Amino acid sequence: MGQKITIEPVTRVEGHGKVTIHLDNEGNIAQTRLHIVEFRGFERFVQGRPYWEAPVLVQRLCGICPVSHHLAAAKALDVIVGAGTGDGLTPTGEKMRRLMHYGQFFQSHTLHFFHLAAPDLLFGIDGDPLKRNIIGIALENKELAVQGVMMRKYGQEVIRATAGKKIHGTGAIPGGINKHLSEEDKEYLLNGDDPINIAKMIDWSQAALEFFHDYHKKNKDIIDEFIDFPSSYLSLVRKDGALDIYHGVLRAVDPEGKKILHDVDYQEYYKYIDEEVRSWSYMKFPYLKEIGTKTGWYSVGPLARLNTADFIDTPLAQKEFEKFKAYNNGKPSNKPMHYHWARLIEILHAAEKMKELLNDPDLLEGELVIKGNKSYEGVGLLEAPRGTLFHHYKINDNDQIEMANLIVSTTNNNQPMNEAVNQVATKMMTGKQKITEGMMNAVEVAIRAYDPCLSCATHALGQMPLEITLLDQNNKVIDNKTSV
Amino acid sequence: MSKPILATTSLAGCFGCHMSILDIDERILELIELVEFNKSPIDDIKKFTKKCDIGLIEGGCCNSENVHVLKDFRENCKILVSLGECAIMGGLPAMRNGIPIKECLEEAYLNGPTVVGNTTGIIPNDPELPMLLDKVYPCHEVVKIDYHLPGCPPRADLIWEALVALVTGDEMKMPYEVIKFD
Ligand code: SF4
Repeated sequence: MGQKITIEPVTRVEGHGKVTIHLDNEGNIAQTRLHIVEFRGFERFVQGRPYWEAPVLVQRLCGICPVSHHLAAAKALDVIVGAGTGDGLTPTGEKMRRLMHYGQFFQSHTLHFFHLAAPDLLFGIDGDPLKRNIIGIALENKELAVQGVMMRKYGQEVIRATAGKKIHGTGAIPGGINKHLSEEDKEYLLNGDDPINIAKMIDWSQAALEFFHDYHKKNKDIIDEFIDFPSSYLSLVRKDGALDIYHGVLRAVDPEGKKILHDVDYQEYYKYIDEEVRSWSYMKFPYLKEIGTKTGWYSVGPLARLNTADFIDTPLAQKEFEKFKAYNNGKPSNKPMHYHWARLIEILHAAEKMKELLNDPDLLEGELVIKGNKSYEGVGLLEAPRGTLFHHYKINDNDQIEMANLIVSTTNNNQPMNEAVNQVATKMMTGKQKITEGMMNAVEVAIRAYDPCLSCATHALGQMPLEITLLDQNNKVIDNKTSV
Repeated sequence: MSKPILATTSLAGCFGCHMSILDIDERILELIELVEFNKSPIDDIKKFTKKCDIGLIEGGCCNSENVHVLKDFRENCKILVSLGECAIMGGLPAMRNGIPIKECLEEAYLNGPTVVGNTTGIIPNDPELPMLLDKVYPCHEVVKIDYHLPGCPPRADLIWEALVALVTGDEMKMPYEVIKFD
């Protein structure tokens, strides 16, 4: 070994996410914490790099949703090169980026549903952990596994056709996009051999929703009652209130649906949002400044988007949206397991949007890039699959990045995930001196509803290795368990 | 004959290399026939349950835990493969190598435009958090690595070819186009 590494001996097992639970004298839960244990330092090491590198650099924070980082950075740079704040691009530029983004939603959401959530639903929360995975599904229900694999493939193919590469592509550049969609790819994605065509994708998205509705009917205890706590919700919405994952204004509502952030311009996001730092986690805790750290936290992601938006502008998804709204009496749903439901509605919406865009002639020809007067600062914001993603850059006279600030989706869900862990732990562990497999899984299922992409703040594919430690009032370890 | 056993892990990587494994698409169903999976985030087995034949490592080492996991992989796998640029040479996270870690922490927790409320200057330091290393290290500087698969991420076809070659013992096809970093 060439270099010397100074390392503390590590005795604990691998754990990107870790939960600790403290008990008081009576054996009741005094405190629970979800610790995020990774740190990158991106904000600092990107300083000094030429600004146009940002869209290809930053996406390497997350290989699960790289397109989101790629586009959020590009949107911030649009502002810097004077191409407007999100709606100033050429039709080709904007639509190519949108197609890339819907492809990303489609692949990321199907990955979550089929690879991560479906195993819990199929095999049960306390099912055999060795079976609770996509391989278990493949062995048990091959058709469903094939659907999951091929839907993800379709999304990845859309990304390849727009970004040049399935993971870490180069499509978006400051002020636009670097290529058109080819006739060949258009034909392939619209009418490719079964199952790679858009009609099949729409069919399968509806089938996945049917699967969920059926499951929901039989398992209200898990979907409706398992976790339930009031939260505020934040997301981008289109100016007219429609669901929009690429551009719009920032809105937040309280648990009852009352607006607490009134469709503001995100270029000034830092006026409304701040982040609390806590010593026990590398992931910060964002909150709405006006309300404060105690109750100003909010949730983001599929459920937050459906809770803040007024409607969806594609017909099939809108129908499902209406069902969802009716089920929750027109109020926001405060049940985190409804994230799964919302995610499936968004899969259908993304499929419908891709169909619309693939048929649009603007993708095949037209100006790619637009430029205007340079400025020194820009904010790019969009809805990543897991929620609102903030990118903010300042540059200097030499076109070098001088400041970078990122609030990634999963960071926005930090407090809600902690709340969910607390609720499940309190419910299942009060008065118990032993951790059971069922409890472990329950805590994981609660966290998994948020589809935490710890790859941005850390890594691990939702299925994070989880370590739970039970401590007594003197901080003595009573029990310690790691998921298999 | 029992199937060869495969394990994978993500250290200081972005998970893109794992996504590239999934990008073998329908061949994933063939892969399930070809090998038995053990510890891997893809299948949710989180601790080695037996000795493995092949270990794929994504990402380099940026903290004490990464080192611990990598050593555990070396102990439990006959063949270790560095998968992608981060494992091979640190990759994007290694961009912090020229900068004192203190500056990175201060930028993230004290200086940014949305940590205005952190007036007491908290920087995460709980004993629950693993030690950050002074630098991000490529895997072969920490343990012996048997093979390197280049790319960011390596192409799905390259990963597939390599796995098939390792499992069957046949020589691997390596056309010029697949041997590039990006
Ligand atoms: S090599 Fe590239 S794709 Fe793989 S972990 Fe590193 S940044 Fe991600």
